[in-house]
Amino acid sequence: MGISKLLIANRGEIAVRIIRAAREMGIRTVQVYSADDVNSLAVEMADEAIEIGPPPASKSYLNIEAVLDAVKQSGADAVHPGYGFLAENADFADAVNAAGIAFVGPSGDMIRSMGDKASARKAAQEANVPTVPGSDGIIVDLDVASELAAQIGFPVMIKATAGGGGRGIRVAENAEEFAQFAPQAAAEAKSAFGDGGLYMEKLIAKARHIEVQILGDGVNFVHCYERECSLQRRRQKVWEEGPSCALSDEVREKLCSSAVALAASVNYRGAGTVEYLYDDESGDFYFIEMNTRIQVEHPVTEAITGIDLVKEMIAIAGGTPLSVSQDDIVLRGHAIEVRINAEDPANNFMPFPGVVSDFRTPGGPGVRFDHMLYDGYQIPPFYDSLVGKLIVSAHTREAAICRLARAITELRTGTLKTTAPLFAALARDPKVQAGNFHTKWLEPWLEENAHTLSDDEGTRS
Amino acid sequence: MSKSEIKSPLPGVFYRSSSPEEPNYKEVGDTVKVGDVIGLVEVMKTYTEVKSEFDGTITSFATENEDAIMPGQVLVELET
Repeated sequence: MGISKLLIANRGEIAVRIIRAAREMGIRTVQVYSADDVNSLAVEMADEAIEIGPPPASKSYLNIEAVLDAVKQSGADAVHPGYGFLAENADFADAVNAAGIAFVGPSGDMIRSMGDKASARKAAQEANVPTVPGSDGIIVDLDVASELAAQIGFPVMIKATAGGGGRGIRVAENAEEFAQFAPQAAAEAKSAFGDGGLYMEKLIAKARHIEVQILGDGVNFVHCYERECSLQRRRQKVWEEGPSCALSDEVREKLCSSAVALAASVNYRGAGTVEYLYDDESGDFYFIEMNTRIQVEHPVTEAITGIDLVKEMIAIAGGTPLSVSQDDIVLRGHAIEVRINAEDPANNFMPFPGVVSDFRTPGGPGVRFDHMLYDGYQIPPFYDSLVGKLIVSAHTREAAICRLARAITELRTGTLKTTAPLFAALARDPKVQAGNFHTKWLEPWLEENAHTLSDDEGTRS
Repeated sequence: MSKSEIKSPLPGVFYRSSSPEEPNYKEVGDTVKVGDVIGLVEVMKTYTEVKSEFDGTITSFATENEDAIMPGQVLVELET
């Protein structure tokens, strides 16, 4: 069938990225935008643009009716949801497909199934993908659960089924604490969420976040190796790289194969990411969740495999089989992406919706800068603070870090404060250089190193 | 009695309650004291409380829930 006109139901740097992919494929682009995004780079670049509502996302980019109206008005035959906003909204995917328009991503049912923690965990187990050891569903009998906790090994996390985002979690270090905390947690969950249901998971103290990029066309499934995203602040990734320096070739093969097995077991169609926790000490990895969309950090994978993931997912949505087989996909060198956010790192990462001035972009060998910026651009206060992604690649991890340190010095945004000084400081840090970190490493580091994160210390040393 | 205004210090989106399930912080006719929270401003997914700088009685909300706002925009009018 093929796609001739693609509507981009997103904004910012990912909208720019999708327009570039579509244009190279000879596909016309339609950019939807809120009233505040009329001067955005994506609107300027797209072949057509349609306003869908006022600035708050709930009234524009998250308004399914408004986006669907724009789809119909534009005559687009496909919709790319990007990441965030409606990208993992199953009802939106269903509505697009029901209108006879291709949704660039899996079906609504697949999004639903992978979006639900319990059903995703079940799918992983059925595909023999290791999951974090824990209770099978809701804890019914506290005595039975206590025995199970001892088998799994303390510490364990007691979690409220109705919780989320870190709320409703308690950690029990031993059986006595378990006996004490579990009834408390049930009572708290009942009063906070109206549901006292609990489940239990082993606590992996110093875990790395490692995720595998997969592609599927419903028949063929491949992985494009892994990305490590252990450097996080408030559960938000700030630095992503691939391949992970923590994995042996043997573990890498097992990890990536398990992601393909999961994709194949559900007949996955589109680009997806299977996320794992990796325990350095034991060498074990555990499935945490699957994201059914393109991810912010996809350029890391593009840099180390040469595959254009955005083009692949558009082609799949248009009914074209995968253009690559597993044997074609070879790891080449090392890549690092850092997230340039409009935040002031010297002031506890306060959002900084300022104006770009004196703009200079990094360039030279092995440098890619995906962004939404231009001189004079006012960053809107209404959306995510991500304004750009600097991606560097080189033959080795060491050379990639040197390249990152060099490229960061070339970025200038004038009066707009960004997270760039953070990456200059991280690139200088011996532990980062040694790859010696885990998901809880960065926050204490930030407390100790806050004074090194001003503009003057960072980018122009 | 004189009239006073509570203005937003930040650009972003104005919310009258801490979450959609919660009641509004304040309604027209409520009395407020200095430091009372009257709403939230969301800037790039970060939420900041807006507090009253006056003691008084709310006469109107100049900004609706979930409206986009600019720094200095009037949110609440009071009699003080």
